[in-house]
Amino acid sequence: MNAQALFTAYSTIVLREIRRFTRIWPQTLLPPAVTMTLYFIIFGNLIGSRIGEMGGFDYMSFIVPGLIMMAVITSSYANVVSSFFSMKFQRSVEELLVSPVPNWIILAGYVTGGMARGLGIGVIVTLLSLAFTQLKIHSLPMVVVTVFLTSALFAVGGFINALLATKFDDVSIVPTFVLTPLTYLGGVFYSIDLLPDFWQGVSMANPILYMVNGFRFGILGVSDVNPFVSLGMILVFIVVLSFIALKLLARGKGIRH
Amino acid sequence: MTNALEIEGLTKTYGSGFEALKGIDLKVTEGDFFALLGPNGAGKSTTLGIVCSLVTKSAGKVSVFGYDIDTHLSEAKLHLGVVPQEFNFNQFEKVFDIVTIQAGYYGIPLKKAAVSAEKYLKKLGLWDKRNTPARMLSGGMKRRLMIARALVHEPKLLILDEPTAGVDIELRRSMWSFLEEMNRQGTTIILTTHYLEEAEALCRNIAIIDHGRIVRNTSKRELLQQLSLETFLLDTEKPLSKTPELEGFTCRLDDEGVLEVDVHKGQALNDVFAQLEQQGIKVISMRTKANRLEELFIRMVESSAPEGEAITEGRA
Repeated sequence: MNAQALFTAYSTIVLREIRRFTRIWPQTLLPPAVTMTLYFIIFGNLIGSRIGEMGGFDYMSFIVPGLIMMAVITSSYANVVSSFFSMKFQRSVEELLVSPVPNWIILAGYVTGGMARGLGIGVIVTLLSLAFTQLKIHSLPMVVVTVFLTSALFAVGGFINALLATKFDDVSIVPTFVLTPLTYLGGVFYSIDLLPDFWQGVSMANPILYMVNGFRFGILGVSDVNPFVSLGMILVFIVVLSFIALKLLARGKGIRH
Repeated sequence: MTNALEIEGLTKTYGSGFEALKGIDLKVTEGDFFALLGPNGAGKSTTLGIVCSLVTKSAGKVSVFGYDIDTHLSEAKLHLGVVPQEFNFNQFEKVFDIVTIQAGYYGIPLKKAAVSAEKYLKKLGLWDKRNTPARMLSGGMKRRLMIARALVHEPKLLILDEPTAGVDIELRRSMWSFLEEMNRQGTTIILTTHYLEEAEALCRNIAIIDHGRIVRNTSKRELLQQLSLETFLLDTEKPLSKTPELEGFTCRLDDEGVLEVDVHKGQALNDVFAQLEQQGIKVISMRTKANRLEELFIRMVESSAPEGEAITEGRA
């Protein structure tokens, strides 16, 4: 396939993914908007007003970057894992497998589709947050780069999960038992400065901490970790997970007999 | 002439240890209408699955129009259209989208894909359903949708795995006509089917596979010539009250008064008609009693079965 044909194949996958999640918007776009609004009201307004400052900012301003990132992470992941696993389940993945689309285009197409949903949710949640607080962006490039890379990383993660999943339970195990705890413990609601030294050390092993703090640095200019270390970590994870995803695709793991 | 498909020493052992293919060799020439027949579990779908890269082979070589799938998979796939046995499209997508999305996977831009999709959806009688979600289609329509999807990139080799399974007779006949037309226009067609009448009606060459081995690979004509005896049913102008005497032939009347005549290889049907005419019996129509290919198929598969293993009706 020449470059133009590859681009057509790539854009076909991306557009189909975007069409899919917009067609079922009550399942894909509405729930995070509702959930995050509740977070803003309950944690930001009601409880937050009694907490006082966190990291030098009022509590609402402190949690907004983390909540946006949380929404981006879960949506990017969920889009790819549910879409690709459904294709496996319905066997429509065979449409792709019999076609000449190379594996890296399949991966890129699904990751872009996941990013489209993740970033779309990010924009929705950001707009909702404006009803509760004022966002002054410290470094727009940092915000954009962090959110793009994080979204890409979790979309790749979702792809690997979908390849390895053999039943619907396997699709929800990682989001429920890995992603959610890591996100909650990744400094979305608190600064790790509040933790004892030991738990601060443990928190540093949580990759989501780096993403939340990188994004928070872009918006507020404060971070528990060096923002450039955050970017480096995300990039390394993307490279490693993409390599694993391509290896699994080449072996036909979960998709070829 | 170029071979549309060439398979050498193909083997497949699944993770469970089951040896589905035990060294398949097969050649299908360009322009052929080829049938791959065999009982359930014989290895037909595994063979085609490997050609379409839905199944990974254990050993052997496969090439499509000269493109080895190990070294030139992308080129091989460009020449290939696949109609699988099971419905494998997104049931929530609309008919038109399913076909154009498939074209997109082949690198065909939407504008061009839309033209091709319209052509095949019209030919297959699905144009009126183009905006209908696939799940709303009848079984026959879903089968036709899979054919349209397989053809949208104009492949030179079309592989159909039991394309008319569960389809009513009228629709089956119209699908036959469509496939014959595609073949006349130059598309090489390989099909697997359980309807041996289908293979007899459509195909020029036939391979029979059983227990992971090709037990016969020849032309349909040569295969049918192996029949040593055929039974013909003759409808006479007036009902017969007793069985006529036909020298050299065994004949009988069935319950409905239709004359059954056994004709051995080398005997001339003209002799039957001549003798009947002498007795004042006028034949108005004639047909074969059993499907000839079916008879041969059963015989070959029975003879290839491992010792002690019975071929039951369910396997055919």
